[in-house]
Amino acid sequence: MDRNSSLYIVGFAAVVCLVCSVLVSGAAVALKDRQDENKVLDQKSKVLSVAGVLPEGKSASAAEIEKLYAENVTPRLVDLETGAFAEGDAATYDQVKATKDPATSRALERNKAQVPRVPKLGLVYQIGTGGKAGKVEMYVLPIVGKGLWSTMYGFLAVANDANTIKGITYVSHGETPGLGGEVDNPRWKSLWPGREIYDDKGAVAIHVVKGQAGSVEQAPHKVDGLSGATITSNGVTAMMQLWLGTDGYGPFLKKIKSGGGAS
Amino acid sequence: MSAKSKDLLLDPLLNNNPIALQVLGICSALAVTTKMETALVMSAAVTVVTGLSNLSISVIRNFIPPSIRIIVQLTIIASLVIVADQVLKAYLFETSKQLSVFVGLIITNCIVMGRAEAFAMQNPPMASLLDGIGSGLGYSLVLVFVGFFRELFGSGKLFGHTILTSVNEGGWYTPNGLLVLAPGAFFLIGVFIWINRTVKPAQVDAS
Repeated sequence: MDRNSSLYIVGFAAVVCLVCSVLVSGAAVALKDRQDENKVLDQKSKVLSVAGVLPEGKSASAAEIEKLYAENVTPRLVDLETGAFAEGDAATYDQVKATKDPATSRALERNKAQVPRVPKLGLVYQIGTGGKAGKVEMYVLPIVGKGLWSTMYGFLAVANDANTIKGITYVSHGETPGLGGEVDNPRWKSLWPGREIYDDKGAVAIHVVKGQAGSVEQAPHKVDGLSGATITSNGVTAMMQLWLGTDGYGPFLKKIKSGGGAS
Repeated sequence: MSAKSKDLLLDPLLNNNPIALQVLGICSALAVTTKMETALVMSAAVTVVTGLSNLSISVIRNFIPPSIRIIVQLTIIASLVIVADQVLKAYLFETSKQLSVFVGLIITNCIVMGRAEAFAMQNPPMASLLDGIGSGLGYSLVLVFVGFFRELFGSGKLFGHTILTSVNEGGWYTPNGLLVLAPGAFFLIGVFIWINRTVKPAQVDAS
């Protein structure tokens, strides 16, 4: 058959597309379960490590992570506006997806964290043995915001006094390795525990400064800047302002603090 | 292995290196070489994709209508890259997170398409496969070279293990910030080309 005839060309293209699409969709379907497992496991291990249950940098098998998670973590949903716990299946709640859907989120005004929308319901991971009813040692909150290049996703662990930070970690970001990417650095992350979120008036005061901030006692509301990464540092500050303020988990933390026990 | 297939496989390493001589695939070589681990995984992905795309294009080379050959090549390459990306996400999740978009961008890596158009369209499948793998290995060689120096001197580590304890972590070594940025890779690739052309003067451009 003539390789230049239009019929042949269209037919050939169709066959190539068919074969390729079968290949691609086959791979996507066959590997989906494993990929989803990886993602869920990754989230779980980050929640555990920010809460200090799983030591930073220690690798654990999938089974160990599942076990620790089941023993220590209770995911719950919070109505961000009122700060009260909300009904819903927190284990399968996809906050990123909910943020994108206009039905389950609301738009924000321009803010420094460059987050255009927040979800109506936010995830909170309660850390403490004993499930929903048991004593809660800390709350792990997801935080999102823009750095220099990328949107950074992370977790912040807050003690049950709703003020003291217990840890911070970033799950994913695309900042420059060695500069902004140092948000991953265990040494930098170790500067956070013990610092306080709110000042005496109840405003979000925690922020990243330029240069050294000093010890927890000297500067309870400040954290060392990342050298060579001013914009990433500012992004971290903006993220704190947003997610711990009234548009984020502020109302929830207020409820915890007032002792009303959001539950 | 016959002398010819050995040439096909090994020529692209130093004699006809895709990055150093043909100056293809620079973009990803700058992006993924801050660490050895990402450099190696990226190398493996590119080698597999170049090999398989060369093979499959060569198999159907006599049936491809000349007027749509480029787009057919691209369709095949793109499919292979998506498959490679999916496999990485399933089996090497941590590394694939770091490689992020660059695995997808193998599609635009000039080496893959360059070899498909220049070699696989004219040669039988086995030779094309070897040529593809060889080119991938040539690319890998440069990536590993660059990744080694960038990780060692940029962050004082190799494969994530601390070799030179940096000041940030209470040691003595002040990491070279230039190396973690893209220009650092440019200089290293320059050095690689320089060494390569000093050893093999035939590669020096006539001008």
